[in-house]
Amino acid sequence: METEVKTETTAGAQTMSQDVNNTPAVDESTRPDVKMSASQLNLWYGDTQALYDINLDMYSREVTALIGPSGCGKSTFLRCLNRMNDLIPQVKLQGNVTLDGEDIYDHSVDVVQLRTFVGMVFQKPNPFPKSIYENIAYAPRLHGTGTSRSELDDLVESSLKRAGLWNEVADRLDTPGTELSGGQQQRLCIARAIAVNPEVILMDEPASALDPLATATVEELIHELKDNYTIVIVTHNLQQAARVAGYTAFFHMGKVVEFNDTDTLFTNPKEQRTEDYITGRFG
Amino acid sequence: MQRRLTGSAEDPRIKARYRSEKRFKSYTVTALFVAFAIIIAFFTDIISQGYTAFWKTEIKVTLDYNERAARIGQFALAEDLRDIVSRGATRSIPLEIRNNPELAGTTREAWVPTYSRVDQYFKGNEELPPEMAAQVESLKEAGIIRTTFNWAFFTSGDSKLPELAGIFSAMVGSILVLFVTLIVAFPIGVMSAIYLEEFAPDNKLTQIIEVNINNLAAVPSIIFGLLGLAVFINTFGVPRSSALVGGLTLALMTLPIIIISTRAALRAVPDPIRLGAFAMGCSRWQVVRDHVLPLSLPGILTGTIIGLAQAMGETAPLIIVGMIAYIPEAPGSIFESATVLPAQIFTWASEPRKAFVEKTAAGIIVLLAVLLTLNALAVFMRRKFERRW
Amino acid sequence: MGIGTTTLLLIAVLTPLGFLAYRLGRGKALTAMAAGISMHSRPQQYGWYSVVWMGLPALGVAIAAALLSVFGVIAPARELVLIVSIAVAALGLAHGLRAIRPEVRARNALDRVIRLLLLSAALISIITTISIVLSILFEAMRFFREVSVWEFVTGTVWSPGDTFLEAAGRGDEVGEGTSFFGSVPLFAGTFMVTAIAMATALPIGLLSAIFMSEYATHRQRGFAKPILEILAGIPTVVYGFFAAITVTPIIVDIAAFFGLDASYSNILSPGIVMGIMIIPFISSLSDDVINSIPQTLREGAYALGTTKSETIRQVILPAALPGVISAFLLGVSRALGETMIVVMAAGVRPNLTWNPLEDMTTVTVSIVYSLTGDLAFDSPQTLSAFALGLVLFTVTLLLNLVSTYLVRRFKQRYD
Repeated sequence: METEVKTETTAGAQTMSQDVNNTPAVDESTRPDVKMSASQLNLWYGDTQALYDINLDMYSREVTALIGPSGCGKSTFLRCLNRMNDLIPQVKLQGNVTLDGEDIYDHSVDVVQLRTFVGMVFQKPNPFPKSIYENIAYAPRLHGTGTSRSELDDLVESSLKRAGLWNEVADRLDTPGTELSGGQQQRLCIARAIAVNPEVILMDEPASALDPLATATVEELIHELKDNYTIVIVTHNLQQAARVAGYTAFFHMGKVVEFNDTDTLFTNPKEQRTEDYITGRFG
Repeated sequence: MQRRLTGSAEDPRIKARYRSEKRFKSYTVTALFVAFAIIIAFFTDIISQGYTAFWKTEIKVTLDYNERAARIGQFALAEDLRDIVSRGATRSIPLEIRNNPELAGTTREAWVPTYSRVDQYFKGNEELPPEMAAQVESLKEAGIIRTTFNWAFFTSGDSKLPELAGIFSAMVGSILVLFVTLIVAFPIGVMSAIYLEEFAPDNKLTQIIEVNINNLAAVPSIIFGLLGLAVFINTFGVPRSSALVGGLTLALMTLPIIIISTRAALRAVPDPIRLGAFAMGCSRWQVVRDHVLPLSLPGILTGTIIGLAQAMGETAPLIIVGMIAYIPEAPGSIFESATVLPAQIFTWASEPRKAFVEKTAAGIIVLLAVLLTLNALAVFMRRKFERRW
Repeated sequence: MGIGTTTLLLIAVLTPLGFLAYRLGRGKALTAMAAGISMHSRPQQYGWYSVVWMGLPALGVAIAAALLSVFGVIAPARELVLIVSIAVAALGLAHGLRAIRPEVRARNALDRVIRLLLLSAALISIITTISIVLSILFEAMRFFREVSVWEFVTGTVWSPGDTFLEAAGRGDEVGEGTSFFGSVPLFAGTFMVTAIAMATALPIGLLSAIFMSEYATHRQRGFAKPILEILAGIPTVVYGFFAAITVTPIIVDIAAFFGLDASYSNILSPGIVMGIMIIPFISSLSDDVINSIPQTLREGAYALGTTKSETIRQVILPAALPGVISAFLLGVSRALGETMIVVMAAGVRPNLTWNPLEDMTTVTVSIVYSLTGDLAFDSPQTLSAFALGLVLFTVTLLLNLVSTYLVRRFKQRYD
């Protein structure tokens, strides 16, 4: 798990620098607790800089959507939040990301532990080539959160129920997860992530590989999960962001152009570029 | 504030998981190092056993062309040297005297090879009886015995006397066999590949040919030997032990390799080039001949070299078609009995005499050097001519 | 007149005729064009057109005659064949030249001929397989006419004849004229050596592949992979020497250290060395398979908080299992058919035992020993090689088919 990611925590990075172009502008009074926060985050792939001075807060038990044209850095940013970028050699990182105020890029941090707090769901459903039951029971057994058979049975059932998949698969938990339909596979992956009991769930375009009907189911699910989890979702689909997210950040060219509660961002954007994007002038 | 992300370092469960992580990684590293250690041990072993064969021990003697030597060559030597000098050194003296009668009664000084056990003694491989050891040591100190480079190893054929045995006839045999293999397998292989890749319709016959080629590539080589014996020798009457039957047998073995690599090379040529040529009114064959083949030629040759290198190291099928005969003289044509380098290595390896161990290992060194050169050539060609589309 | 001379004479006559045909054909087309007639194809193509008309029928006659005499249907005199072929060539040439007319599509005709030539080249590999099957089957049938299949399959004594036993140093044990063809000890030896080889190759090959595909940096991989491939390029006769001269004495010494008695042609040594030979097959095939597991599967596991080794053992390897099994089967097929290592380092005494320190012999060793020396093609000893070869061919073919099937299924799942 040793990585080439270098972390340089700049002094005072915790106090947000109020950069003019880059200011998250959410009304102080209504602001809920901050769950995760990135400050002055820069990232390079080799010599190419992919993220520039990102400052962004993700609020507890809210859905934060990251939108923007392809290649704008939104997925890269998402992967910084559970250090998935560690897996890519030559990634260099500067700045910091906190979870409940704790810097996740500190050297003493155990990445494996971090990922049990910050789970992730991917663009393409990626169930393990195991049974449905094993897909979900795998991580709890590994982390020792569920040990006895009955505990695991309960956990599998509750996770599948929360992911809205229980009714469809209850009678065939032994079939391979790879034999489910695309939408079911994605919900299985969400159930798998929930079973670890994370606090944050990152979703990287979770519905982009699904048909409209499956998409609707997944969106509904995200809406329900919001009550228990902090969710950060990357999406290409602006309507989807508008439907599921309480807050939205618009990324462009590796920078956060604008961040606000979703209604304000979509109805009354402050930046010209945001308006151009949401009205479909580019992207 | 509670430090949840780092506090886990004390959790015994996590500790155990990280220990098992370390253990697993160390297994994989160990496996790789074991493989490397084997490779190093292997090459050290072969080279240390074989390098001495490239030197030979020679002794300066006076050859006396007397009357008795005209009948038995050994009598040309002083009596105390007869056990030290190779019997092969004086074997030809009766013949020399018969051909040139004026030699009779003359003497001549010459450096001749020593008896193999003396040679092995100086190389530290074998013991001699004490008095003999003392004798050769004193000869060595007197400068009568010297060590020189063993050219004869490369220029002479097999011999029952290890000090005279060389790889020349086996090398000639290998070259003849590979020549036959190349002229049979290369055109057929390339033509098959062109058919399958450029001409073949997608029908049952094509599928059968494809499956068949893949299976042929995995048939044990000894089965090809059985085929060569039953078909080429028994049915078609090709002479047993000849380079022709060996070459034909190896050609059938090499064919799938050439076909598979040629197909890969043809497939690497992008379709727009074909479409462009078709658009200019080329027939399918003209497209292949003028555009696809020239572009894929380096890949085809690379695959052919690799196939030939594999054929060159092959032994089992050649034994079955009789190519382990004792061949002291290099074969003059593909119809004569021949042996090949790996088969020569095999026959030497089954010799009980210790002096042949060194010869075997030296033969292996030469074989590996040739194969390494061929493979390096293939890699070089691929690097030099590889084109990225 | 020998068959070689006949062939050479035929080539010597047909080659100049070919040149002549080309020049005349092209010349005729050129003259026609000079006279203002528009021809369908290029003049060179008309040249080749006449060459084909000249050569193809003539070669057809010659080859047909050769095949007829080889298979003993009729044996026409070689002189006669030669004369007829040349006559056919001359007639063909005359016809080809006469046929050159503006509306003749020489180019299309040539393309058809070329296509046919290419197809016949491709058919040679099929013919090879068919002749392997037929020749081995035919000789094996002759063997089974003299030895019952039941004895061959179930018998535990293999002593085909005196020469073989003399080689084994047991010439006096069996009375003259008695031979036994119970193949069980041979297959026992083959399976023993294969099991030892796979027990060596599988862990080293698979773990190396895991290191190279999951842990190694790009540079380490670029260094380690070609070095392992060296093992695949070493001829088997060299491995045989290594096993017999170096590994066997070491094993005997180690066994003696533990107070065990090991034979100087023990089956353990060739087994281990064969395993070394198979390492690169296992490692490169497994490496391919592991690399083709999509990255998303790894990320899915990491996102649940698994360590690297947990991901590999519990997610990657189960997913790669069909591919690894296929690599294993290919390795087994290699080991079963491997000849030189066992011929040089294993014993020649058929021996039914579980002790790898004893000498055992294998199927391939018996094939080699029954076919070296003077061959009498009617003795059961010689023919037994083909019966053993038949079993070997069938088993390896099945292993290869299963292995390709598994790989194809695996590739389909992840492509």
